[in-house]
Amino acid sequence: MKAFTVLDLLSLDLKEHNALDLTCVGGRPGLTREIRIPDLNRPGLALSGFYDKFGFDRIQIFGRGETAYLEKLEVEKNTETIEQLFRRDVPCVIFTHALEPTPDFRRIAEESGCPLLQTDLPSSEFSSRLIRALSNVFAPHETIHGVLVEVFGIGVLILGDSGVGKSEAALELIERGHRLVADDAVDIRCVAGNILLGAGANQALGHHMEIRGLGIINVTHLFGVGAIRDSKQIQMIVELELWDSNKQYDRIGAEEHTRDILGVKVPDLQVPVKPGRNVPIIIETAAMNERLKKMGYFSAKEFNQSVLKWLESEHARNAYFQNRDILQRDIHRESDQEEA
Amino acid sequence: MIEREVTVTNRAGIHARPAAMIVQTASRYDSRIMLGKDNEEINAKSIMGIITLGAGYDTVLNMKVEGPDEQEAADALASLFENRFQEEPA
Repeated sequence: MKAFTVLDLLSLDLKEHNALDLTCVGGRPGLTREIRIPDLNRPGLALSGFYDKFGFDRIQIFGRGETAYLEKLEVEKNTETIEQLFRRDVPCVIFTHALEPTPDFRRIAEESGCPLLQTDLPSSEFSSRLIRALSNVFAPHETIHGVLVEVFGIGVLILGDSGVGKSEAALELIERGHRLVADDAVDIRCVAGNILLGAGANQALGHHMEIRGLGIINVTHLFGVGAIRDSKQIQMIVELELWDSNKQYDRIGAEEHTRDILGVKVPDLQVPVKPGRNVPIIIETAAMNERLKKMGYFSAKEFNQSVLKWLESEHARNAYFQNRDILQRDIHRESDQEEA
Repeated sequence: MIEREVTVTNRAGIHARPAAMIVQTASRYDSRIMLGKDNEEINAKSIMGIITLGAGYDTVLNMKVEGPDEQEAADALASLFENRFQEEPA
């Protein structure tokens, strides 16, 4: 993974309840320092002089308590523990509640090349947002060649060799009112343990697609903002492949195939492609079927259940009618004998 | 499988035109060709993939070629990089 620096942390584009509201208030040259651990530390104990097992490689959070203590140290002209803090390379120091570092603290930090950041959020809220943001940044990820679209609310990752028609299928889906998340290079992150979040590998370039014969098109401008989405959970995979008459394709769909991405199993459909086959409709139907499965209705299995039920009832009915015929024959015979 | 390092030597880096040249060259071969930068790896037959890789001047890319015509494919692509995509005199 590319090194994640303090500058990257500052330029994370997070919104509303995820925003970190960070500004740099000192030690600017240190912004290139790398953050290696997605964790933070409240250095209260360290400031009082206890440095055993101190997490130097973590982001240091200074809240009201720590800052009040710094002010006390400032009055006492005691800088020893502060100097000790910056003797090792701390990635950065963040002051919450829009608190300002004391002059001594600022001087020592800048001398050691440690960046000082500030946020107006309260410590507890900031800590949880920071942990959330960092765990996303440090989540395992990989880039996959495919197209990610949102179809009826389901994140569908279309895979297949180049030239099989992934982008064309996606274009038709967009035309039908579905949304494009990423074309060609999908960056997949495993967040919160088992959620695969897909997004464009390069957000700065926006939503473009390459269509053979047309070249590169801007999806946002052509179809509007309603046709795009920044990121989406990958809930199913559709693998397109050229029709191979020797291969057995799933005809019933009662078995679920899955594919492993970053250790998460995702339902996987193999769809053969040949001229005249309407792939977008198949993907749309697959997405709706997936929704139905999530609601607890499994079409192929339910169908087979009905077939079994029907066969059984048919069998019982036949047995009943045969018995009735025999019974009626006996009754007729008896009445004939009585008449005679 | 052939693994080779190629360096982007034209000043402008890999923008649309060089990307198209890479894709056109790669598509002539049956081999699976991947280009990697940092930990990212993309298919060399996909234009958007190559552009989103964001390979600027002096970037070193890791090229992996696997298939029946891997040697020819690797040579053809490497010579594209060496010739600076015909943008500047080599």
